[in-house]
Amino acid sequence: MSAADLLALAPLWIAAGAAIILLLLISVRRHFGLSAGFSILAAAAGLASVFVVGRLAPRTVTALFTVDGFALFFIGVFFAAALIIFLVASSYLPPSAERREEFFLAAFAALLGSSVLAASAHFVSFVLGLEILSVALYVLIAFPLERRESIEAGTKYLVLASASAAFLLFGGALIYGETGALDFATWAARTQELPLSKPLFILGVSLIIVGLGFKLAVVPFHIWTPDVYQGAPAPSAALVATISKGGMLAFLLRFFWTIGLPRFPSLVLVFSLIAGASMIAGNLLALRQNRVKRILAYSSISHLGYILVAFLAGGAAGLEAAAFYLVAYIITMTAAFGSVAMLSSADADADLLEDFRGAFWSRPGPAAVMTLAMLSLAGIPLTAGFLGKFYVASAGVGASLWALVVILVATSVIGLYYYLRVLTAMYARPREGTAEARPQGPRRGARASGAIALVLLVLLLLWLGVLPTGLIDAIRTTAAALAGAVLPPGSGGGLP
Amino acid sequence: MMLPWLLGILVAGGLLAWAAGRIAPAWARWVAVAALGADLVLVAVIWIRHYQGLTLLGAPAWLLEWQVPWIPRFGITFHLAVDGLSLVLVALTAFLGLLSVIASWTEVKARVGFFHFNLLWVLAGIIGVFLAMDLFLFYFFWELMLVPMYFLIGLWGHEKRIAAAFKFFLFTQAGGLAMLLSILALHFVHGRATGVYTFEYAALIGAPLGAAAPWIMLGFLLAFLVKTPGVPLHTWLPDAHAQAPTAGSVILAGLLLKTGAYGLIRFVLPLSPEAVRAFAPFGMAIGVAGILYGAKLAFAQTDLKRMVAYTSVSHMGFVLLGIFALDGMALQGVVLQIVCHGISTGALFIVAGAVQERLKTRDLGLMGGFWNDAPRLGGATLLFALASLGLPGLGNFVAEFLILFGTFRVAPVFAVVASLGLIASTIYALSLFQRIFHGTKPGALRLQDIGAREVAVFAALALAIVWLGLYPQPVLNTSRTAVAGIGDAYRHSSPTPGQAKGAPVSRDDPGPHVRGEAR
Repeated sequence: MSAADLLALAPLWIAAGAAIILLLLISVRRHFGLSAGFSILAAAAGLASVFVVGRLAPRTVTALFTVDGFALFFIGVFFAAALIIFLVASSYLPPSAERREEFFLAAFAALLGSSVLAASAHFVSFVLGLEILSVALYVLIAFPLERRESIEAGTKYLVLASASAAFLLFGGALIYGETGALDFATWAARTQELPLSKPLFILGVSLIIVGLGFKLAVVPFHIWTPDVYQGAPAPSAALVATISKGGMLAFLLRFFWTIGLPRFPSLVLVFSLIAGASMIAGNLLALRQNRVKRILAYSSISHLGYILVAFLAGGAAGLEAAAFYLVAYIITMTAAFGSVAMLSSADADADLLEDFRGAFWSRPGPAAVMTLAMLSLAGIPLTAGFLGKFYVASAGVGASLWALVVILVATSVIGLYYYLRVLTAMYARPREGTAEARPQGPRRGARASGAIALVLLVLLLLWLGVLPTGLIDAIRTTAAALAGAVLPPGSGGGLP
Repeated sequence: MMLPWLLGILVAGGLLAWAAGRIAPAWARWVAVAALGADLVLVAVIWIRHYQGLTLLGAPAWLLEWQVPWIPRFGITFHLAVDGLSLVLVALTAFLGLLSVIASWTEVKARVGFFHFNLLWVLAGIIGVFLAMDLFLFYFFWELMLVPMYFLIGLWGHEKRIAAAFKFFLFTQAGGLAMLLSILALHFVHGRATGVYTFEYAALIGAPLGAAAPWIMLGFLLAFLVKTPGVPLHTWLPDAHAQAPTAGSVILAGLLLKTGAYGLIRFVLPLSPEAVRAFAPFGMAIGVAGILYGAKLAFAQTDLKRMVAYTSVSHMGFVLLGIFALDGMALQGVVLQIVCHGISTGALFIVAGAVQERLKTRDLGLMGGFWNDAPRLGGATLLFALASLGLPGLGNFVAEFLILFGTFRVAPVFAVVASLGLIASTIYALSLFQRIFHGTKPGALRLQDIGAREVAVFAALALAIVWLGLYPQPVLNTSRTAVAGIGDAYRHSSPTPGQAKGAPVSRDDPGPHVRGEAR
């Protein structure tokens, strides 16, 4: 391992190092401001390191990691998301909460796990990343020990995540038995030689899909999602919705690009069913919810379905669309949970639609951000979500996936209904007789960092919605990095 | 550079009005008036400067154009252009927008800044729809106008505003997404055939589509028929119109519906002559059904605003009939009907708003005998009710006459049935007037008459409708070249009955006829 190899992993070092330093810092002196400030700086340093490392890419670091433009793009997105979530959390975490400094510690571990997933080229690094991520998430979900629903959510997540990891490991073992290797490049090479219907390989990949599907919360592996979103504190739920799913999706894109998904019609069918079912079930189940965090949970299920449409469209266009949609989705979800956090009081999160009633008139700032987030999720112009949906639909139409695209369009209309419900609640006149406005939010003194985060998110949402060219160019380079590395030129793109 | 200004003034004016509303409500109103006034002046300048060019046959396709790259990845440009058709509609938008701000001067009391922000942004979206010459940009504006309209209905509407706002948003969004699929399909069909991936109007519309043509047309049709509205996709309309505040109703009826008609003329007719010709009988049937069904339901309403809303369904039926008659003269009539319906129905909604503001009810059963209380309002109502029923001398007559005349040459049966609508409209329009102003008062309610501000609003509308009734030639001249270009496809490729009989009338140039008949 050369010095350049070590340097190429700089973002991972920073995430791991920050976690260790925080651990020491907390044991020496428990001071929230110090921990939060350090975490924000470390996340910013990690984000900066991505640009430095970018000059070394693409680079294979041991058998485990591929540090290429694709991995670095996603790692950068995760660090940026974490940075913003840290800003929100600094406002959100109430002084009365015990062990609130540990939030940052666990978040860095989650960040490390997701980054490893994005860069992994080997089953071992994949499992390591996944487990680091999962263990961190158990902590993040359950850390407000005084809240019953958080513990319940954490326990549910623990049980189901362990079960899905077992499936995944078994799947890996089956493929190992078939191919005699654990790195994905060899898997890809072997499947070229094997007869395509080799049942053990298909079975192994299917079991891996179970594990992936669980983390991505796509139907039928979605059952945990609403409970966990509802129980987890808002910043943790934001991490579950963005970094955890993003890491998994980055892995999914790379893995199936490497082994060549279109060569396995049965897997394409499985993913098509998953995508369709996620779009339909996510949107339909969200209709009857009365809790904003559960609505966001079901909404995220359907949005992963949309991303899978882009994934299935395949080619460079599909890859681009999936990456763009993921970025738009991460910004939007962070904005949604960020505003939930900024509308939550110290003892409980704002959750019932009733809690949001009249929010626009009592707390216009967070409510306006929530409005934009809802419009972005619904795919209305001027927001990132609009271009994301356009991108995905374009990839789907370009690949003639008519059934999925029609489902996408039809369920988008259904989805609009519950996003409008949230807006309607926020813009309703406040109930008469309530002495103080319902959504109170954090103490006035602690709002500054959260406010900065929300302003950043709004700027990002509008920037991507109006002038997306910068991100599109970055993503095209990214997609080219992946496409060029694995497939001969010309075989990937379906678009100009 | 004048075209982006049209949009920019409204967008900036909206933000400014919001900010100004925090200082004092009146400031927000004045900002809105200033922004719309500036737009109106700008449109007038464009119109006057290019009027000569418009009346020449064979004039350049676009009077003004403005194009900058936007998202090169998809070949999307920010391309605005104006021709005679768009110009008329943009002028109507600025005119009705200005009047709707003045008309709702005292009606809106809560959150005035945010109200005018939404109002100006809806109008910006509508003007954007009329100007966009890139299909992605068109879809962008098409969707953009929904959100502020949703807020206008949902926040400042009447008692059932939430449900109405939801219904409006869901219906139009569903149609819009169907259109998005069609736009994308068009993009890829054209791209695969030529290697050029673009959303440019000139490249995509009229490109050979092959077997995909009916499906692509269907997506556009869904979006535009929901908006226009065509029976049976009209059910969102009475709710939205009745529940919206006055300015919202005026904009919905006067302008938003017109985006659907505009879309049909601009995008569907030139899309694929074969597919459109196959659909035309159904389109005319939808139009005729709308005329009669809307009229019948209008007569049966007890809610004043719902009644006016159903008259919209009926009048927009004429628009659909004229569009799918695929006849140059009928198309000219459609343009005129779009303008006249915007003015007359907008005026009736302002009447309804004035009545509602004073009586706090829209129930026609509680009204009657108000002529003595409010002769000025009564006079205005009578004028616009007569316009609505198509009295000669007022604009709607010319428009409906042209549509029926043009349709008769192509599809006499539809024209005959549709003219029954003229009788029906007489019944509902007179009944509307009678139920408010004639008879005896059912209760102790008193209708206070309108003041100088409202008189000014009605005077402006009355001048416009009389002018259009007596001398519609400037509007016809303005839109003629644009509409003739669209009608050409249907004139040359297959002989219509008129030509088959060897009557080479210059059918796309109804100038002399109209002059003679209207005077």
